Amino acid sequence: MSEHIIEVRHLSKSFGTHVVLRDVDFTVDPGDVTCVIGASGSGKSTLLRCINLLETPTSGAVLFHGQEITAKAFDPCAYRAKVGMVFQSFNLFNNMTVLENCTAGLRYVLRQDKETARRTALENLEKVGMAPYIHAKPRQLSGGQKQRVAIARALSMQPEVLLFDEPTSALDPQMVGEVLTVMRQLAADGLTMIVVTHEMAFARDVSSHVVYMADGVIAEEGTPADIFEHPQNPRTVEFLSRFRQQ
Amino acid sequence: MQNFFGNCANVLQQYGFSYLRGAGTTLLLALVGTFFGCLIGFAVGAMQTIPVDKQRDPAWKRGLVHLLHGVLRCYVELFRGTPMIVQAVFIYYGLMQFGVKLDMWAAGFLIVSINTGAYMAETVRGGIVSIDPGQTEGAMAVGMTHWQTMAHVILPQALRNIIPQIGNNFIINIKDTSVLSVISITDLFFVHKSVVGALYTYFESATIVMIIYLTMTLLASYLLRLWEKALDGPQNYDLNTTDTLAYTSGMYNAPDPVHEPQNLDRKGEAAHV
Repeated sequence: MSEHIIEVRHLSKSFGTHVVLRDVDFTVDPGDVTCVIGASGSGKSTLLRCINLLETPTSGAVLFHGQEITAKAFDPCAYRAKVGMVFQSFNLFNNMTVLENCTAGLRYVLRQDKETARRTALENLEKVGMAPYIHAKPRQLSGGQKQRVAIARALSMQPEVLLFDEPTSALDPQMVGEVLTVMRQLAADGLTMIVVTHEMAFARDVSSHVVYMADGVIAEEGTPADIFEHPQNPRTVEFLSRFRQQ
Repeated sequence: MQNFFGNCANVLQQYGFSYLRGAGTTLLLALVGTFFGCLIGFAVGAMQTIPVDKQRDPAWKRGLVHLLHGVLRCYVELFRGTPMIVQAVFIYYGLMQFGVKLDMWAAGFLIVSINTGAYMAETVRGGIVSIDPGQTEGAMAVGMTHWQTMAHVILPQALRNIIPQIGNNFIINIKDTSVLSVISITDLFFVHKSVVGALYTYFESATIVMIIYLTMTLLASYLLRLWEKALDGPQNYDLNTTDTLAYTSGMYNAPDPVHEPQNLDRKGEAAHV
């Protein structure tokens, strides 16, 4: 029995002849906040989508508590209920109110009764500061508010790991602030997270482990201090210097 | 002209009740047919979009899904591609050959339903593929299965988008059920034929029937609009708190509590309140 929650082993993914991920290898332990950084098109999002089985890996394996998630006997729905995901484009259910968005998974997937689901959802909406908006529809909210609801929706499932796919890339600077505040709090509460992000300050301050990806491979990984203070790979140095210039 | 109105009055006096009964039959056939047609359409649409995972699903399941898709395709093409009047004769008299004597009503409902279902299947499929794939991914990410995703997330949104098409089908059904007179269902058009057979008042009876059809279809369009509006829900929402302090705690975009009810999606109109 392994103590890692998630192990990515020699993971490769290609769309047709286009290779997006090549032999990616890393592990996530309970309580880890792993930030995946890198240029757009380097395969970060695909990596995350493979971990959540939204994409099927071409080869290699992803292990969840030592179990291979691509195995035939493995139930992807039950797995996704334990590994939450927050998307760049929010993907809130447009036909439901804020509260219904957060209770949907609890009621239909975990089969909780309405009242229990409601209480869990309200608790998590409170955490992200969206509790007063429970009657609003997604189209009536701003981007930052939508993303906070999306985080509350994922949290309501009480996931073991939460995956963030560029959660702030579609937001303006002020909204980025509100979402990152929520995420910092979650990290402080000890939630295991894998965050694909372009927010270097967040990656530096919050993460316990940083993975730098370039052209579908992990170019460098280590603690935030390793990556941000003493990058070894010239590509990492160049990537980070471009961010420092901004 | 006076003669015309006089004749109309005369026809109505003698057969007014028959027209109403005919209109009732037509409306009932159209309503039931459209309702079950929509159910068939939603079921077929949802089945046509069952995902197949080449790596995970066993061969027998993939084969079954492909077979199902094939059967559904045949159903849609067969009933979309032949006239309803022919289908009516084919099913009603065809079943009789095999010793199945369908009740006239049952036959009527059956024919209108499966005919509407064939059209609705394609409409629903269009409605489903038009929904942003992000909605499906969002549902998958909380662990929903294909059927849960369909029932709770995709179909409710697809329904809203295809109401205009449902309306189209309903109105088409109000008019096209007239062909069911071939299996001697006494709908509005059948009444018209009987009346002109007895009185030879072609123009007058046709005018009356036209007006009744138009009244039914206009009413149908109006009610469908109301339904669309109801499904859209209210434009406004109220914050779920009476505590004004809550407006400033942890909510960067909290609207000013003075301007209740909030109208955030129409900022321009609400701003001057």
